[in-house]
Amino acid sequence: MTAVRVLVGTRKGAFVLTSDGKRQSWKVDGPHFGGWEIYHLNASPAEPNRVYASQSTGWFGQLIQRSDDGGATWSPMSNEFRYDGVPGTPQWYDGTPHPWEFARVWHLEPSLTDPDTVYAGVEDAALFVSRDGGGSWQELSGLRKHGSGPSWQPGAGGMCLHTVILDPSRPDRIHVAISAAGVFRSDDAGQTWQPTNNGLRSEGIPDPGAEVGHCVHRLAMHPSRPDTLYMQKHWDVMRTDDGGDTWHEVSGNLPTDFGFAIDVHAHEPETIYVVPIKSDSEHYPPEGKLRVFRSRTGGNEWEPLTKGLPQSDCYVNVLRDAMAVDTLDECGIYFGTSGGQVYASPDGGDTWDAIVRDLPAVLSVEVQTLR
Amino acid sequence: MIDVEGAVTQRTVLDAVEAAFPVLRGTMRDHDGQKRRPFIRFFVGEEDRSHDDPDDPLPVSVADGSEPFYVIGAMAGG
Repeated sequence: MTAVRVLVGTRKGAFVLTSDGKRQSWKVDGPHFGGWEIYHLNASPAEPNRVYASQSTGWFGQLIQRSDDGGATWSPMSNEFRYDGVPGTPQWYDGTPHPWEFARVWHLEPSLTDPDTVYAGVEDAALFVSRDGGGSWQELSGLRKHGSGPSWQPGAGGMCLHTVILDPSRPDRIHVAISAAGVFRSDDAGQTWQPTNNGLRSEGIPDPGAEVGHCVHRLAMHPSRPDTLYMQKHWDVMRTDDGGDTWHEVSGNLPTDFGFAIDVHAHEPETIYVVPIKSDSEHYPPEGKLRVFRSRTGGNEWEPLTKGLPQSDCYVNVLRDAMAVDTLDECGIYFGTSGGQVYASPDGGDTWDAIVRDLPAVLSVEVQTLR
Repeated sequence: MIDVEGAVTQRTVLDAVEAAFPVLRGTMRDHDGQKRRPFIRFFVGEEDRSHDDPDDPLPVSVADGSEPFYVIGAMAGG
């Protein structure tokens, strides 16, 4: 029987929401790891009951948890993220040298084919991989060592590697995004890397040909079009159709092109979703109206989606990892807010409802379709 | 109660605790330099031992088990 499982990371614990294929009635399980920041939970596409979680606090640092029963029970795995060498020193917000320092795991991306292989994007920006189900972690240090590392600077949330995209058509291709260094691509399973930021423009970077330095907030890809990536940047929604070699802007008629989250309809590779946020200091929707914007043309032409979302006095934020889609025939779209709501649309965004309202501030949302 | 072989110091006590409970590695002191995490403090009785050298001997009362070695998280909220 078809079911949907929504994995929600929040500031004070993890929650697992489950429903059948109708997506009308939801069971809320949690909080797991109550009191801890759960930056991300993500499940293996190869083994749906295998779920990894990033659990951290300022007091006790980082833990990694693994579930083998879909999030019902958990076991701690290795939390040792040891940088492989010191290839120069990146910069602090003021441009002064600031040595690499591990802070937390921002994003976990399980392999498409092996439940024991999982990538971790961390702060200070680096990419790690475990090939033993979280029992140990090794840095893919070619990323920090390819040369531009010393010129990386943090975004306001820290210098984080927050997005990892695995190409389903090329097992050795990995895209990552770092705030505020930009996008990088590997074509040899993470051994060597190149920046892929050509075409990005950022007001604070005077050189239009700058190789790195852009504050990329999030990337999204449809598995049937792996050369097309969509990007929500610190201002601008961008698109590439050549695997990141070149980017062009598709913000079009959005009321504001600042935001964090972006995602793609499960069955329509040209249908994308963003949640416009007023500005880089005002992290809430314009005019107090929570609107998801959908483009059916891969960008440029956008329509607001409002039915069931608050259209007054709403000043929540939606973070970069807090939007996801299911793969049911009528694609469901989900996002979580800083106000603790998780909204879901069972019809591609035409209508919305809060499936849970009063969680702690939501940091991440992932969705599994279980058949 | 934790058994510690040899000198009883902050380092050897925490080594023994982490050996017995591996999930605690990296949660009281960092993996690399074994520096105390900033929001963690070490106490013996009412004495703050957080800034002591980790290899200094702890009081006899800790070594003989009559007094605990406290690892305390900050009260600071967040």
